[in-house]
Amino acid sequence: MEHTAPVNPWVALAYLVAGVCFILALRGLSSPATAQRGNRLGMIGMALAVGTTLFAHHLASPFEIGVAMAIGAAIGIVTARRIAMTDMPQLVAAFHSLVGMAAVLVAAAAYLNPGAFGILGDDGQILTVSRIEMGLGIAIGAITFSGSVIAFLKLNGNMSGKPILLPGRHVINIAVLVAIVGLVGYFTQDQSAWVFWTITGLSFVIGFLLIVPIGGADMPVVVSMLNSYSGWAAAAMGFTLHNSAMIITGALVGSSGAILSYIMCKAMNRSFVSVIAGGFGGDAAAAGGEAKEQRPWKRGSADDAAFLLGQAEQVIIVPGYGMAVSQAQHALREMGDKLKEHGVRVKYAIHPVAGRMPGHMNVLLAEANVPYDDVFELEDINSEFAQTDVAFVIGANDVTNPAAKTDKTSPIYGMPVLDVGKAKTVLFIKRSMGGVGYAGVDNDVFYMDNTMMLLGDAKKMVEEIVKSLD
Amino acid sequence: MDFISILSIFVMACFVGYYVVWSVTPALHTPLMAVTNAISSVIIVGALIASAAEGSVWSKWLGLLAVVLASVNIFGGFAVTQRMLAMYKKKERPVAK
Repeated sequence: MEHTAPVNPWVALAYLVAGVCFILALRGLSSPATAQRGNRLGMIGMALAVGTTLFAHHLASPFEIGVAMAIGAAIGIVTARRIAMTDMPQLVAAFHSLVGMAAVLVAAAAYLNPGAFGILGDDGQILTVSRIEMGLGIAIGAITFSGSVIAFLKLNGNMSGKPILLPGRHVINIAVLVAIVGLVGYFTQDQSAWVFWTITGLSFVIGFLLIVPIGGADMPVVVSMLNSYSGWAAAAMGFTLHNSAMIITGALVGSSGAILSYIMCKAMNRSFVSVIAGGFGGDAAAAGGEAKEQRPWKRGSADDAAFLLGQAEQVIIVPGYGMAVSQAQHALREMGDKLKEHGVRVKYAIHPVAGRMPGHMNVLLAEANVPYDDVFELEDINSEFAQTDVAFVIGANDVTNPAAKTDKTSPIYGMPVLDVGKAKTVLFIKRSMGGVGYAGVDNDVFYMDNTMMLLGDAKKMVEEIVKSLD
Repeated sequence: MDFISILSIFVMACFVGYYVVWSVTPALHTPLMAVTNAISSVIIVGALIASAAEGSVWSKWLGLLAVVLASVNIFGGFAVTQRMLAMYKKKERPVAK
């Protein structure tokens, strides 16, 4: 029935081995100790997949292929070397868009030259199953591409992080999605060019429409979700090509992104649907702040902070996105080292949604040479605040807000938060008293008796504290 | 391979992915995203097939462009993951204690 590409069993086996390498690459990430070995296995798997493909096909244009790979490799390696760790979310979004675009191009190439992909039926038409796979592949790829481009622009600051809300957007989105699904269905009956290219065009549009209304605070979910999509796009193309390496990889990446989205949603107590619907983090969220007039708060200086920190037995540092923005991680590590010299126990507490992508804070702290065994996740450290002398909050806000536990009207109600208020003293670095967090809600921690606000740029403030510690 | 065998591989791989990814430590979630990005560029296999084949000029050039994009991702993704992972260090015991 179906005549498919090369039936050489060694080729199929090599792809399978490549797929297993990719599984082991992810498996290695269960601990920082094994992660590098895992990454090397991933590279081996990729080399095997590429090598096998080059070996198994007659190459009509080896020179062009070599040049194409060299160009890509040069751009990739230079970017990877130069990128600042604070910019990782943008980089990942940009990379996602490339996977999406590559999937679109491959699907288009397969449509234009189906014979080369072994998906032509006996009647000279593209096989029905392949048409569905191709249609899905190009749709998911196109959504991944345009969605990731928007995510990149928002993360990179080329576009406002505020949600942009079009009137009637839900109706438009649903209509476009229905049209895409309908057209993929119709594509099995009629493989004309207009159907194929309309699916492509509509998918680009819906990717754009889906991400535009989503605000900055939800970006960790968006980045994870696009990660997932890029996987499903690869899997769809794997189905078209009957290639086990692509299918295994697609399934792995697809589940990985889906699980990360789930973890992020859970950490914000938001449902996936409400994130996708968008609009969070705009001006609508005044619920908590409204009733409260000006309340008294204490302002401290770097010297006061240094004194309190130096006297402490245990300090827990709570970093957030603000730390990344002001590049304060190196100064922060210096402060940690100084405190350790004074005999203070220093720990770091990371909320799952601190930063703009999953694990963002961990990478920044690692970059600044903070040992990873000093860094703890929310559930492992939250009970320790009560026995802690100083909680040092730097660039985080919503993730410390007790309203998430007490105030049912608050937009962040139900979100797990770090109990910084239970520490004897809270030192809270903030740019100014005016601004509120991404969720747009006031934070009661500011006004507690045991809180001292340190107003100013996070990096400068920490550097001053380091000086006073001498 | 027929459709059902392929589907079986896919479904099994989804389960493998589910369990493997839950075992990834949250501290490494950013490297996880970077590396999944790199490996999802295995789509380069399709790009290579398209650019290696004869028969359609358009298909060949689309394939070559896809090879460039996927290569950026493969080399960039693995390199940046490597760079990040090299930064994760255990506590070096004590300088002054």
